[in-house]
Parts: sequence; C-alpha cells; structure tokens
Amino acid sequence: MGDSFLRHSPLAHLGLAARATEVSEFEATKFEADDAEAGVAMGERPYRGLVNLRGPAGDKAFDSAVEKALGVALPIEPNTTAGPGKNKDSLRVFWLGPDEWWVVTPGDGPAMADRLRTALAGQKAAVTDVSESRTCIHIRGARARDLLSKGCPLDLHPRMLSAGRCAQSLCAKAMVALHQTEDDSGDGAKEGGPAYDVYVLNSFAEYLWLWLEDAAREYGLRITAE
Amino acid sequence: MLLIPCPYCGERDETEFSYGGEAHIERPKDPEKLSDAEWADYVFMRPNSKGILLERWVHSHGCRRWFNLARDTVTYKIHAVYRMGEKPPRVPKTDYV
Repeated sequence: MGDSFLRHSPLAHLGLAARATEVSEFEATKFEADDAEAGVAMGERPYRGLVNLRGPAGDKAFDSAVEKALGVALPIEPNTTAGPGKNKDSLRVFWLGPDEWWVVTPGDGPAMADRLRTALAGQKAAVTDVSESRTCIHIRGARARDLLSKGCPLDLHPRMLSAGRCAQSLCAKAMVALHQTEDDSGDGAKEGGPAYDVYVLNSFAEYLWLWLEDAAREYGLRITAE
Repeated sequence: MLLIPCPYCGERDETEFSYGGEAHIERPKDPEKLSDAEWADYVFMRPNSKGILLERWVHSHGCRRWFNLARDTVTYKIHAVYRMGEKPPRVPKTDYV
C-alpha cells in the first residue's frame, strides 16, 4: 500500500489550487459585464481510489458477494452507475462492459481492492487496484456540455446522458471515462449547468487539462479547488 | 463518419472503434500440413468484395468488446450487428457490378 505522502497528482505542477477562483482575462475584456460570470468551472479531484472488477454478471454467488462487500448491487444496464450504497463510504460503481466495472471511492483504493478480493475468494473474478492510473477532472457550469462537446463524440444531450450515467469515450482524442454527476438543475451545479467527472489517464492529464482550459476560454473559466 | 451500434454500449462514433477485418475466417485445424500457398491464402487472401461484408470491429475506446457488423462496402450502410459467437444474420443481396 502506498504511503499517502508519496502520492503525486499528475496535475500538481500546474498549481491549480493557487489559481482557484481565477477568471480568465479574456472573457473580462471580451464580453459585457453581464456575461462576465464564468460559464465553466473546472478543478482536479485527485487521489480517488479506483478498483477494476471483472466477473460473471448474473452469477448468483458473484453478484451477492459483491453486493455484500460494497453495500450496493452491480449496475447491469449499460452506461449506468450505482451507489453510494448502504455502507458509509460514498463509493460509486461504474458499468464499463458486460463483465467489467469500476469501484470509485474517495478513499483508499488498495483497501477497497482487498475488501473485494476477500469477498470473492475462490470465485472466477478479477480485482485490480488501478487508483494510480488516472486522475479526475471535474467540470461544471452552464457551458460545461458545450465545452465537452468540442472534443467528445458522445451525444451529451440529457436524453442520452443524465446524472448518474457514465460512458467511456474520447475527449480531444484522449481516452476518458465520463461520469455525469449532476443534471442541469442539480444542487451541486452552482453555475446552473450539468456537472461531469472526467477520468483521464495520468499521462494524458496535463494535455487534456490544457486542451480543456483553452477550449473553455470563450465561455469564461473559473478554476476551483476540489 | 459512421455511427456504429455497439451491441453493448449503443450507437457510438466511429472514432471510438477499431477495425478487425473480415469475420468468420477459420484458422486451419492442421497448419503444419498446409503448403506455403495454402497458408498464404489463409493469412493474406481476402475476397475484397463489393457489397455486404461481414466484418469484425472492436469498441476499443468504449467497452473494449469485439462484435460483428454486416456492412455494405459501397454505401457504408450497416445492415446488422451481432455478437461474437452468434450466427450471421440474413442480409439482403447486393447487385453491384
């Protein structure tokens, strides 16, 4: 298990926390005072626990063992998530494929992997801790959907992707997993738009962040400390 | 740009997929007994047909699952999608010269 002080966010060198609440100068000069409000807010949500789980969905022993360990049944419907579950940890389970899921926790990935491994002992299943493979970029705001649409081929219309749904796709040619956390009228969307968590591979994180930052300039960008 | 109906994820953009060539090409049961010409025929030679082709695709940037498509190589129309191991569906005959 990695010591927490050794963990290093792939976006740490960008100093995002220091730039939090900054509004890009572009929109301040370009638009009227009424429009000066940022259309998009972005921030990094690093250090999440990610556990990849593979196993036979529909197998009673597998389903019940996982449900017991997580406190929530695995999502079977494509592109959906489940959670937070009965246990107190606010985990979320993403459907990735017909026999593949992610367990996303705000806490300790290796501990979650151990918990699943113990629960699934002797079964035909695979549990892999992939916490260090990705970071999460949180995007919200009135123009968040427009921003993602610039680089993502998914249909982001609310009838296709709404709060609680997830999808793996590309954003600006980088492989991402997208999780919509809030609908347009959701409480957490203070900027009045939808909210998304974008999980991106560490090696693509800086590229994608800079791409998003550039793409968000026309809407006005506010950087948040998550 | 094609809109490809992944049998697991639904309709997605072509950029999320990778192409796997013609489907239902069986590996010879006894490769050692084949002549070089027969082996080359298995490895390289494809009909390259004009019309409906049964082909393999993988949703490489989505669910990472393989599946089959029946696609018209002239119009690019997708006539059917079916999972690995399933029998190819009946598709209309094309009449190209």
